[in-house]
Amino acid sequence: MSAAVPTTHRPGGDDGHPAVPPVISDPTLRARRRRGGRDRGWGTAATTTALWLYAAVAIVPLLIMLLNSLRTNRDLATQPLGLPLQPDFTSYQRAWIEASFSTYFMNSIIVTVSSVVIATGVSLLAAYALARAKGRLMSVVEAVFVSGLMMPVFLMIVPIFYLLDSFGLISSRLGLVMVYAAVSVPFSVFVLTTFFRQLPGELEEAARLDGAGPFRMFWSVMAPLVRPAIATVVVFRFVPIWNDFFYPLILIRNRENYTLPVGLTTFFGEYQTDWSTLFAGLVIATLPLILLFLVATKQIIAGLTSGMGK
Amino acid sequence: MVHPGPVSTTTAQTAPVEPGQRRRRTLTAALPTRVALLFIAPAAVLFGIFVLYPMVTAVTYSMYSWRGTSQEEFVGLANFVQLFTAEPYRSSVPRAFGHNLLMFGGAMIVQNSVGLFFAVILHRRARSRRFFQVLYTMPYLVSPLVVGYLWSLLLSPLFGPVNAALKAVGLDSLALPWLGTPSTALWVVVLVTAWQWVGFPLLLYGAALGGLPPELDEAAELDGASGPQRFFAITLPLLTPIIGTVSVLTFIFTMEAFPIPYALGGSTGAPAGATDVLSLVFYRTAFESGSSNAIGTSSAIAILLFLFIFVLSTVFTRWFRRTERKILG
Repeated sequence: MSAAVPTTHRPGGDDGHPAVPPVISDPTLRARRRRGGRDRGWGTAATTTALWLYAAVAIVPLLIMLLNSLRTNRDLATQPLGLPLQPDFTSYQRAWIEASFSTYFMNSIIVTVSSVVIATGVSLLAAYALARAKGRLMSVVEAVFVSGLMMPVFLMIVPIFYLLDSFGLISSRLGLVMVYAAVSVPFSVFVLTTFFRQLPGELEEAARLDGAGPFRMFWSVMAPLVRPAIATVVVFRFVPIWNDFFYPLILIRNRENYTLPVGLTTFFGEYQTDWSTLFAGLVIATLPLILLFLVATKQIIAGLTSGMGK
Repeated sequence: MVHPGPVSTTTAQTAPVEPGQRRRRTLTAALPTRVALLFIAPAAVLFGIFVLYPMVTAVTYSMYSWRGTSQEEFVGLANFVQLFTAEPYRSSVPRAFGHNLLMFGGAMIVQNSVGLFFAVILHRRARSRRFFQVLYTMPYLVSPLVVGYLWSLLLSPLFGPVNAALKAVGLDSLALPWLGTPSTALWVVVLVTAWQWVGFPLLLYGAALGGLPPELDEAAELDGASGPQRFFAITLPLLTPIIGTVSVLTFIFTMEAFPIPYALGGSTGAPAGATDVLSLVFYRTAFESGSSNAIGTSSAIAILLFLFIFVLSTVFTRWFRRTERKILG
């Protein structure tokens, strides 16, 4: 670990020798000076320990979830603390087949992917227009869209329930997809509009001179240029929709159309004593997010912190 | 905010448009309004039907009396008044509200001590930063429902690893039925929420620290200021804006908290309402109460909650902007 590098015997350290560096221009020297010194060495060791301790606090519960899903129920009952010395995957088989996680999983994939695709598509079109058209009407439309960022689920759920009911879309995945796509519009439009505004106008000028119409210009010139923003929007809508539990809890009434989170709530009632299957179910619900996170760490960290840096 | 989550990061920001960009835009002919409306139409239709219309209806719902699903007569603010005068709301709403505030307080304490501490430490360690950031953010990325269920298993009095670990180190007296006892269950909800949430402030603080000019800190160091001195006199004041923004997001998140309390205490806030929160009161009223006026009452709760969040967030943001100007001159 970088933190464990011994720093006591660096030249330029201030143990005994009053270091007199009036001008420190070399950045590495600067860094060395910052870490140098015996007290600082102890300090570094202490903070490294603290870093690892907190890493344990954050990760160990998730690790136990994974490890315990590989242990048998008998093993879990006799030894609450232990390692899966002989990993046993039957819990996954039980969760996947008997507890219908295969169905829930497919429903979650279908619902999440379709709603993210629809939301990103319509928001991309709208954002381009909002960034490039002028006038009072446009600023009003934009303000209305962005105001949606403040709307809590609780406020809308009862009317949405009766709305879907009147369309005959209660318990249907289509209804859920439409709701998710709609509530994703504010965030997606907001991020994409910001990106479109940053693109120089000359590109369109050139395309226009080449005879491109508005739609061709959008599709072949502008949309490809905001690909990083599209990635951010996709990742950042995928995660909350995948995890969402409130909408399907109320809008989906039949088991065949449950998504993973609602599936989990009934599953926890029915498999109360089957611990290893419970742990396996939690892992199945989490795995796609961990994969997404590993693939898109850069986008996630950049997206989370967008607009925060100076 | 529609979903608690990363979405909220940018809510408090407005799109920065530099003067240069604006000028450049006027050079190009703008998109004709008719074409622009065509581009906006699909998003507008979707948003209008499934967000705007329900929003407006919720307001009218709250002002009518209901018999089941049939709207009876206009009653003005009677549904709101009822929340403060009639049982069970008169006692359950303030109690749940207190629990939400406790969750907010808990998260604030954790994120501004542990979160800030580790953000500052990681800022000084370029090489291991990303690695620890990933570890620390993991709980935040896992679904809150999964987090709640996971902790309910970990804290189980029968086979739970937490109590087993306590017994293994001789702390048998601490091996309590954490979620079965009213006095501890609420603290479990508060701590689990903070445990999950803190990765988010930690990342944002890290990003803000990365944006600070390093010269100030270095100058103070050359002047002989100690680490803590530099932190309190230089770094902390410069972090005021981000701490303000994150506090507002934490406030919204904890006021709307639903999955973690639901997973740990069920929809009734077991044991004995010890883990009840506002969203659960709303959920029970709307979908489990069987009251004939369920729609009216639950809409009133939702609107009150929204107004409370909206007004306080706005006031808090304004206040923070003022403090910020005072500190940063």
